[in-house]
Amino acid sequence: MERLELKHIFSWLHDLLVSTGLGEPWLSVVTYLMLGAMMFGALSVIALFLVWWERKISAHVQQRFGPMRNGWHGWYQTIMDAIKLLQKEDVRVTNRDKFVFFWAPVICFVAAFLAYIVIPFGDGLIVADFNIGILYIMAVTTFTIISLLMAGWGSNNKYALLGGMRSAAQMVSYEIPMVASILVVIVYSGSLSMVDIVESQSGMIFNWFIFKLPFGPIAFITYIIAATAEANRVPFDLPEAEHELVAGFNIEYSGMKFAMFFLAEFVNMFTVSAIAVTLFFGGWNGWLLPSWLWFLGKTLLVVLLLMLFRWSYPRLRVDQLMEFAWKFLVPLTFANLLVGAAFKYLGWYW
Amino acid sequence: MSEYLAVLLFAVAGIGIVLITFGISRLLRPHNPYPEKNVTYECAEETVGPSWIQFNNRFYIFALIFVIFDVEAIFLFPWAVAFGQLGLFALVEVTLFLMILFFGLFYAWKKGVLKWV
Repeated sequence: MERLELKHIFSWLHDLLVSTGLGEPWLSVVTYLMLGAMMFGALSVIALFLVWWERKISAHVQQRFGPMRNGWHGWYQTIMDAIKLLQKEDVRVTNRDKFVFFWAPVICFVAAFLAYIVIPFGDGLIVADFNIGILYIMAVTTFTIISLLMAGWGSNNKYALLGGMRSAAQMVSYEIPMVASILVVIVYSGSLSMVDIVESQSGMIFNWFIFKLPFGPIAFITYIIAATAEANRVPFDLPEAEHELVAGFNIEYSGMKFAMFFLAEFVNMFTVSAIAVTLFFGGWNGWLLPSWLWFLGKTLLVVLLLMLFRWSYPRLRVDQLMEFAWKFLVPLTFANLLVGAAFKYLGWYW
Repeated sequence: MSEYLAVLLFAVAGIGIVLITFGISRLLRPHNPYPEKNVTYECAEETVGPSWIQFNNRFYIFALIFVIFDVEAIFLFPWAVAFGQLGLFALVEVTLFLMILFFGLFYAWKKGVLKWV
């Protein structure tokens, strides 16, 4: 039976575009702009769903119901929230740094959005397969740090500045173990392209890198810890610690500007989960069901893991956070990298 | 090379869409600022002193160590891609490289640089 693949729809759309007789530079310009708009739509739906899902999970963990009023189990609660945020007044502090204050939420969202060029949603469902795929993701998502620093500085508020500085310190520290855990996978895949990484895990389930690597589970666990910190999620959400910094870098933001930070946070959470699925859980590989459904299902399972972290662990202290990164995670991940490379040289894997 | 056009166009599309949502929100939202509303938030107190102040230099030391490790990551990416063809020599070489780096990290550790407070 033919699996319901979305790539046929996209190739049909591409043919439709070619049939209008557009020349080459403009053809790719129109294609990429349309794909960008579609990706934004898809990401908005995903983020709205994730916010609702997180609220339901947090409610059920704490034996509450969560949103129940708007539709079946409150399924369109977050859509109403988005409409509400659209109508909120934009309160601007008088002594803010105007330029920096305005562009911080824009950069924060765009940095999260750019990663989606190389994320393979399914067989043939990738905007552009760069040969430096994963390195490109690491490079563009780093811009989030700059935007958070900008938000902290631009607000001209002590809490916001402290939150911005903390998030910068935290994100650069956890960038190192994240890169080191990714490098183990690269040693085995021999390519940085996201499509190549997924295709080298095809076949049976034991070809997934989490099982194939000599210490795959260690690489995955260190990656997911670093990713939680990168996405500023509990237990690593020091930058927005509600009890001490009130809301950290986004304290002075309201209305749509706040909504952009919020959207970017959930998009980032989906990004790190998608990378985890691509690197460790075989990406779109699966059987019977269409490939994009496999990818989406696996990614949502990793997102569920991140959400359960949030409702299971208390927040760390800032000194524990930094020392955990530099004194434990960095040595561990680099040792894992060397051991992985040695095993690859000796051929001790299948 | 033309596929890297996607980066530029996605950035343009992203910025454009965000600015359009800001514009839509501008049409819908009320606009009623007054001096008390636009004061910097500081837990219902009047703000004490400026907010752009000197900062704990721990942050900069961590940033310095990060730069060293991030530069090293740039060297490690091509090594990891080509490792399948390079063999034992590359493995020994990278082990030495990482040992030198970690000697530096442990030196910083012993000097108490990694201690936060």
